[in-house]
Amino acid sequence: MRIVFKTDYMQDIRPWKDSFQLTMYLILLVIVAAAPWLLDDFYLGELTNVLIWAIAGLGLMILTGHTGQVSLGHAAFLAFGCYANVILIEAGVPFLIAFPLAGILTGIAGVTVAIPALRLHGIYLAIFTMALSILMDDVIVLAEPITGGVAGKYLGGVEIFGHLVDRWATPDQFFWLVLIVAIFVTLGYINLLRAPLGRSFIAVRDSEVSAQAMGVDVAKTKTLSFALSCAVTGWAGALMGLYAGAFNNETFSVIISIQLLMMIVIGGLGSIHGAFLGAIVIGFLPQFLSISKEYVAAAFGGNTVAIPGLEFGIFGAILICFILFEPMGMYGRWLKIRTWFELFPFYRKDMFKRQKSYLKTERLR
Amino acid sequence: MSMLEFENVTLKFGGLTAVNDLSFEVQEGEVFAIVGPNGAGKSTVFNLISRFYDPYAGSIRFDGHDLLQVKPSGVAEYGVARTFQNIELFEHATVLQNLLVGRHRHRKTNLVSEILFTPSARRQELENREKVEEIIDFLDLQAFRDKMISGLPYGVRKVVEVARALATDPKLLLLDEPASGLSVEETTDMRWWIDDIRRQMGITVLMVEHDMGLVSGVSDRVLAMADGAKLALGTPAEVQSHPAVVEAYLGKAS
Amino acid sequence: MDNAQLLISGLANGCVYGLIALGFVLIYKATEAVNFAQGDFMMLGAFVTIGLTNTEYMGLPFWLALPISLGIMGALGYLLDRLIIRRLFGESQTAVVILTIALGFVIRFVAGLIWGHEPQTLQNPLAGKEVRFGGLVLGMEDVAVIVVTILLTWGLYVFFSKTRLGLAMQGASQNQLAAYYMGIPVKRVQGIIWALAGVVAGIAGILFAAKGSVDPTTGLLGIKAFAAAVIGGFGSLPGALAGGLIVGVIEPFASRYIAAGYSQIAPYALLLAVLIFRPNGLFSQVRVKKV
Ligand SMILES: Nc1ncnc2c1ncn2[C@@H]1O[C@H](COP(=O)(O)OP(=O)(O)O)[C@@H](O)[C@H]1O
Ligand SMILES: [Mg+2]
Repeated sequence: MRIVFKTDYMQDIRPWKDSFQLTMYLILLVIVAAAPWLLDDFYLGELTNVLIWAIAGLGLMILTGHTGQVSLGHAAFLAFGCYANVILIEAGVPFLIAFPLAGILTGIAGVTVAIPALRLHGIYLAIFTMALSILMDDVIVLAEPITGGVAGKYLGGVEIFGHLVDRWATPDQFFWLVLIVAIFVTLGYINLLRAPLGRSFIAVRDSEVSAQAMGVDVAKTKTLSFALSCAVTGWAGALMGLYAGAFNNETFSVIISIQLLMMIVIGGLGSIHGAFLGAIVIGFLPQFLSISKEYVAAAFGGNTVAIPGLEFGIFGAILICFILFEPMGMYGRWLKIRTWFELFPFYRKDMFKRQKSYLKTERLR
Repeated sequence: MSMLEFENVTLKFGGLTAVNDLSFEVQEGEVFAIVGPNGAGKSTVFNLISRFYDPYAGSIRFDGHDLLQVKPSGVAEYGVARTFQNIELFEHATVLQNLLVGRHRHRKTNLVSEILFTPSARRQELENREKVEEIIDFLDLQAFRDKMISGLPYGVRKVVEVARALATDPKLLLLDEPASGLSVEETTDMRWWIDDIRRQMGITVLMVEHDMGLVSGVSDRVLAMADGAKLALGTPAEVQSHPAVVEAYLGKAS
Repeated sequence: MDNAQLLISGLANGCVYGLIALGFVLIYKATEAVNFAQGDFMMLGAFVTIGLTNTEYMGLPFWLALPISLGIMGALGYLLDRLIIRRLFGESQTAVVILTIALGFVIRFVAGLIWGHEPQTLQNPLAGKEVRFGGLVLGMEDVAVIVVTILLTWGLYVFFSKTRLGLAMQGASQNQLAAYYMGIPVKRVQGIIWALAGVVAGIAGILFAAKGSVDPTTGLLGIKAFAAAVIGGFGSLPGALAGGLIVGVIEPFASRYIAAGYSQIAPYALLLAVLIFRPNGLFSQVRVKKV
């Protein structure tokens, strides 16, 4: 049993509970940062991919997990960030300026989307953003002179201080670049959550009326959430572009939007951990499935032909199980396990019991 | 000096007149109660003050400001805080976080300083913490400060809502049925708290309440409403014996 | 004449969108949840019927297969509610949305496993028959789609606005707790609605597979039907049909008269415009939260 005694206010303000927890996270960070020496190039690439998805997940988490605004269209912002980054670089802007700028531009794009979307709630917002994502595909094709249309674009590595960072030529450097972005975004996110703005996001998510009564300007808060969310997503998109090397209008389809949302639900809505855990599932599920398919084929003598839709089918089934049995996602499950150990032997089953609220309509007659 | 003034306020929902040509004033430093049968329009009066609805006619002034000129989030900035009849807490946040949202109107930092968590953001958090801690002590919420709202019993939630409103450091506190659903002991606690809020903290209180014991125990003046209109206004004893009020209550009961 | 032909085929397509949208609205009206898998339900209905009646599968007579497949779809709808949706009673709308999106993936996968990924058509007694109407040539299937859709919408509309059971069902959605106290068996009502939505999806699927071909990804059509429901104003049955018809008619005209590349944008552009300027749909009802 582990108990943390609280002795001063800073303890609540610091992002870690105690030095034990801090040490654990630092050790984890060191191990991840050493991945280029521990993994071969294939798995390093996969890990890089997971981190990029995690950044995208953090972006969506701000909006959906913490502000409660469901977006089924974040692939549009991935695309925006990706194209903005590449177009800037092609125009001769150095990467270290182009990359931050790409995120900021995507944030501004997010604000222009947020303004008409402010009045939309729940499913209406979801369908609005989904339509945006579907349209983005066509827009990229139509804007061929800048986007390269269906033929797409290609970007072979970027230069940072005269040093080539490329997914294929220098996978280690590329991995560290992604890791640094992930760390910065995560730290910013942690700070946000312990400051008034982050709390006003949560307030808007849980009750708009009482947020208003506490002096939170709901429209402004949602707009800011969109801006931050889209900026982070834009950075993830820029990295995805670098990772893929070549991309076109179909790279960021609406399916990616849906996948991203499902990912953070599986990981656990409303937690930073959730974005990372979800990304691990998304990143490694295909590998896991192909390995287990070979295994099954070897054991029962079937064939290893690809089964169309298998990945999504399994993914969907996992998601359904989570919503039914563990709505707080993987992070929620982890919290329970951790509490069980910390309180051992005093854990009670009803400690995390959900109080169900009865649905009341927002519609009058 | 009167702090809150309602002048000939009318509000209609479609064909239904929820508040009908209502006028009253709340004086600084008093506890003012509104009573009346269900559907009388009491909560609607609160919602009008919170600027959730635009009145059809009339004016609402607070502390010399025309409230009808501000947006809903601006009301809190003037120093008006409230609770809700059906508890509107931030369910998936801790008690502490809920109270800290109450400090929102005192925010001096901006997006950038918060994301970098600069020393000024840190200082502000410490100040918020101290303020909130005082309220936690005042309302005896220590045991719940790090608990999620979604796991709390009803009675505690009611208190947390009051605490969150107090965290805004208000001049006027609106309590919508603070004792409904509470046990006898909890109601007694609430009664002493309301007294202390007025006496120690110097906050003016406007409350809606059905429990006549509580109303006559703490309030200086009472407004009785029915069907959106004023029935009677005066001391608790005067209102309780007012013929229109007696009739309204007996009429509903039969 | 040419335009008239376009209009008719647009209307027939629009009816299918309208039928799927009807399923959305049914469930929304009664439970305030949204079933994003309604399009995949339709696809499933089509395949179930194909599996029962096509000669390469079971080869049952069409008129026998019809009631069986509708029964199966109804049962599936009911089971879905019973086994999954009901557990989410009292949870947020969003949970149901995400769950049904996931369900769509699963249904697509399973349908692919059972019936393969090749496009297939339903063998039916109307196939190849034509009606001549002035100078217009109408496929019998198109006529059937239009007639069935109008009858079904009308029937459901009357049911919900005129009959006691229908009104009770609406009541159940608006305030579950209050409805429960008033003695409306909220959960049973929900189950019936989901079964009904299954049947409607089955009808849509049969009509769709009769006039064109289906494959497991056909269900993605649901997105357009969703647009239709929003355009019509969620929560209005005739609105859903109208929205479906609007989307259905816009499509062929846009592809005829608007430059390629822009034409497929039309339904979504309309959807965005409606959401921005009339967020409650063209046939709106006001939504305000009461505190
Ligand atoms: N947002 C709303 N839309 C329509 N009618 C409302 C709304 N809010 C309240 N009402 C109606 O106004 C009347 C007064 O309600 P309310 O102020 O909540 O009464 P109470 O005095 O019990 O607090 C009731 O008939 C109620 O149904
Ligand atoms: Mg009330």
